[in-house]
Amino acid sequence: MDDLIVNVKKVNKAFLSADGQELSVLKDVDLQLKENEIVALLGKSGSGKSTLLRIIAGLVYPTTGEVLYRNQPVEGPIKELSMVFQSFALMPWLTVLQNVELGLEAQGVPRDERRKRALKAIDTIGLDGFESAYPKELSGGMRQRVGFARALVVNPDLLLMDEPFSALDVLTADNLRSDLLELWVEKKTNTKGILIVTHNIEEAVIIADRVIVLSSNPGTIYAELKIDLPQPRDEDSLAFRKYVDQIYQIMMERAGETRQIAARMHKRDLGLGYPLPDTNVSELTGLLESLVEYEGEKIDLPKLAEEWHLDIDDLFPMLETLELFGLTKISHGNVELTKDGKQFAEADILERKQMFAKYLKDHVPLIQHICHILHDRRGHRASEDRFLTKLEDYFTEKEAERVLETAIGWGRYAELFAYDYNTGVLSLEDPE
Amino acid sequence: MSLRANFYQKSGATFAFNPWDLLALVIVLAIFTALGWAATKMSHPFNLGDQIPISLGYSHLPYYALESVLRMLIALAVSIVVTFVVGALAAKSKHAERIIIPCIDILQSVPVLGFLSITISGFIALFPGSLLGPQFCTIFVLFTAQVWNMIFGFYQSLRTLPDDLIEAARMFNLSPWQRFWRLEVPFAMPNLLWNMMVSMSQCWVPLTFSEAISVANQNIHLPGIGSYIFVAIQQANMHAIFAAIITMFIVIAFYDQLMFRPLIKWAEKFKFESLPDERPSRAWFTSLLHRTHLSRYLGKLTAKISDRFINPRWRKTGYQETVPRNNQWNKILLVLLYGSVLAGLGFGIFQLGDFVFANLGWVEIRHALLLALASGARVFLAVIISSIIWVPLGVLIGRHRTLAKFAQPVVQFCAAFPTNLLYPLAVLLILRYNLDVNLWVTILIVIGAQWYILFNVIAGMSTFPKEILYAAKIFNVKGWLWWRQVILPGIFPYYITGAITAAGGAWNLTIIAELISWGTHTYKAFGVGAYITEYTNSGDFHRVALGIGIMCCFVIAFNWILWRPMYNLAERRFKIS
Repeated sequence: MDDLIVNVKKVNKAFLSADGQELSVLKDVDLQLKENEIVALLGKSGSGKSTLLRIIAGLVYPTTGEVLYRNQPVEGPIKELSMVFQSFALMPWLTVLQNVELGLEAQGVPRDERRKRALKAIDTIGLDGFESAYPKELSGGMRQRVGFARALVVNPDLLLMDEPFSALDVLTADNLRSDLLELWVEKKTNTKGILIVTHNIEEAVIIADRVIVLSSNPGTIYAELKIDLPQPRDEDSLAFRKYVDQIYQIMMERAGETRQIAARMHKRDLGLGYPLPDTNVSELTGLLESLVEYEGEKIDLPKLAEEWHLDIDDLFPMLETLELFGLTKISHGNVELTKDGKQFAEADILERKQMFAKYLKDHVPLIQHICHILHDRRGHRASEDRFLTKLEDYFTEKEAERVLETAIGWGRYAELFAYDYNTGVLSLEDPE
Repeated sequence: MSLRANFYQKSGATFAFNPWDLLALVIVLAIFTALGWAATKMSHPFNLGDQIPISLGYSHLPYYALESVLRMLIALAVSIVVTFVVGALAAKSKHAERIIIPCIDILQSVPVLGFLSITISGFIALFPGSLLGPQFCTIFVLFTAQVWNMIFGFYQSLRTLPDDLIEAARMFNLSPWQRFWRLEVPFAMPNLLWNMMVSMSQCWVPLTFSEAISVANQNIHLPGIGSYIFVAIQQANMHAIFAAIITMFIVIAFYDQLMFRPLIKWAEKFKFESLPDERPSRAWFTSLLHRTHLSRYLGKLTAKISDRFINPRWRKTGYQETVPRNNQWNKILLVLLYGSVLAGLGFGIFQLGDFVFANLGWVEIRHALLLALASGARVFLAVIISSIIWVPLGVLIGRHRTLAKFAQPVVQFCAAFPTNLLYPLAVLLILRYNLDVNLWVTILIVIGAQWYILFNVIAGMSTFPKEILYAAKIFNVKGWLWWRQVILPGIFPYYITGAITAAGGAWNLTIIAELISWGTHTYKAFGVGAYITEYTNSGDFHRVALGIGIMCCFVIAFNWILWRPMYNLAERRFKIS
């Protein structure tokens, strides 16, 4: 097993909530990274994929389990690993050259050698002529090139990338991705392996030899897929599309499990712990209206995503919500409107509100809970803190706030209750 | 294109003189010689009771100004070092934070004069027979006028460091030392520089009473512009006052042009993004230096030195961060730390209480409380009057971009101007028209404190989103409705910042303004500021401690009850993001 770079063994990560309860982010993750392969970690937001990357990097420590780097336990950031960040994370006060030198400086490389190596890395990554520029003078794509040069100059054994292309526009991302792949294929770097975190399915299939799909809440490895295509890959080839379809199907399968959650929901205690998908009403109605145009045919998900420029962090929460309300039916990577869905899409604003209120009351335990409490209370008022405390039994503070915010957004639209921003009070009254 | 040019210029540096070198060299050498000469004069022999003559002749003013500036710069240098140490400590350790931040909050509200009366005898005893004692005392007072906002600013900057930059620094294994100089200090630099400028401005008022130390009936006059003003007031010499004002103008212009403007220019590179309509700041001194060959040589040299400083030779092996482990010793140390802090605090309060109560009864305390209430009312009134006058005017100025650009530096300068220079005028007016002292002292405070409000309102108005103003126009929102629903909520966060600063300044001003004199005339208002000044002069430290203690309590109470909730409200509801 000499070619094993990183071995993640039964890693669990949990955060303590405000009242001391453990909230699981990653659960029983096992993962091996071998030499000469690019692995993509694919997952929705909240799947803990970035946390997993940081645990491997030694920036975050697992609650239980361990990470081995070349058979040595990881206890802090490792010199032989390097990272490229989504937000570039360049020091704005250092020039391109100084930024690239930073990692070498930390290793105590003498000044002259540092400069020589940095200039070579800048040359390799195609930043020649920009040595003395400050990051703010550069476009996003050029900045991320600096990020790559900075990461590669330290000759990392393993290169970690945290959604490195997602802050760039499509063309720039394509260009940078193919340049990186070229470096990799032609072995112009000493890097033995690459681990990339992404939420873009196509990107994962373009770049990776192996795609690992993480599921959310808590993050677990849900599926693993070998991409057996030679580089460079043709995005329009049938084989490529097949892989993409397959991943969509895997991820939809997972989303389909929400139906089971929905079925369990009438047991109240379980229902409150269900993280409402991060969607708002306008998106949902927008998606429904566009689905109607397909007139009863089954709709191919990758096509839908492409047509409306949705990435999986937009698409899947929406589909999950529609599925939850019983407005769509999903099977084998295809979506179909149900009778209710069609009715909703064709209704006018007031009817929609009434229908939406009904869905919420029937299917969302948190909304049921809020309405129930507001009805029981004298004055029909309650502070949001009360619900937040309740939700914090199941979620981190931030996630609890997000879930409640989503619920309030839905509830307000359906006119089930009112909310006052200044006081944080929910009530059954109409606003003054 | 400019990128290329820049690059080649820097790489092709060889050492050869050009005419610009000569000019720059003359200026730089002149500055250093002058400051060095002033420094040698600082440690004259001196014994308690000696009188240092202060001449009101105009020809002495350059020398006095030099001495004063040197003191301010030394205080600033000390402030920077303290800021780096204390601010970083507070930002990095939550235990240190819990102790340091409340301490600074309290120290910030202690009137600067308080530090003077407490420390003077100690400093004189430390350097017997030398002028260094009083010198250090003055510098210490200036330091206390400068340092708190700098520490706070630095601490807040470090707290808002972007996560991704911290992660990058950790990922590349930067040692804490490298991280401090490569990440933390550069990130905090624009804010630090801004606070340094504010601090230099805040120095001028304390300068007038800290150079001319008249504590406990001792009169030590250090050569300096502050003493000059003090003597001029004593002798009721109007011409000398004007000469001092003009000198001050020149001095402020000098250090602004030669120090702060180049520094601001330099600090521009530390900013994350330049705002689209923000014009790059200009500094002729920087441009001059850029034209010299010497600067390129020096640039390389400083790069080399700073490299040695940040990456010392003796530390060749890379730094390795490891998993934090809870060990027993840390816990014991923490308990000891908190224990000793609590014990020290308790002991201090007990000592202070004992010191005050042993000599003064409840009647005196009640009297002081009443005085503080009067001063508090005065401060409050001053803020309200300033707001009524300057909020509408500030909005009008801020709406016109050219006017705002012109007005902002002027207002900034006015805020730095030591108001007590105008007090002689007030005395004359009060004398001539037989005015009510208690009321007119408030006006004096308004004069000193109003600028902060005006300054911030202009700033708020010039960043007001244009679209909102257009929208208001389209919907025909006018008159009172326009003020109530558009402008006032929009500038509220800025206004609150200004009002808080103004109130802080006003409290400090009560000490100077409530007891004013001109020649032989002295007017005393009913207030705790007058109380403190009066007993400082006569050396009754029990009463001084009582007065300062009560004033601190009032300032802190105001902050907690009024300003902090308002500030939070502004942050939460009215911030236009």
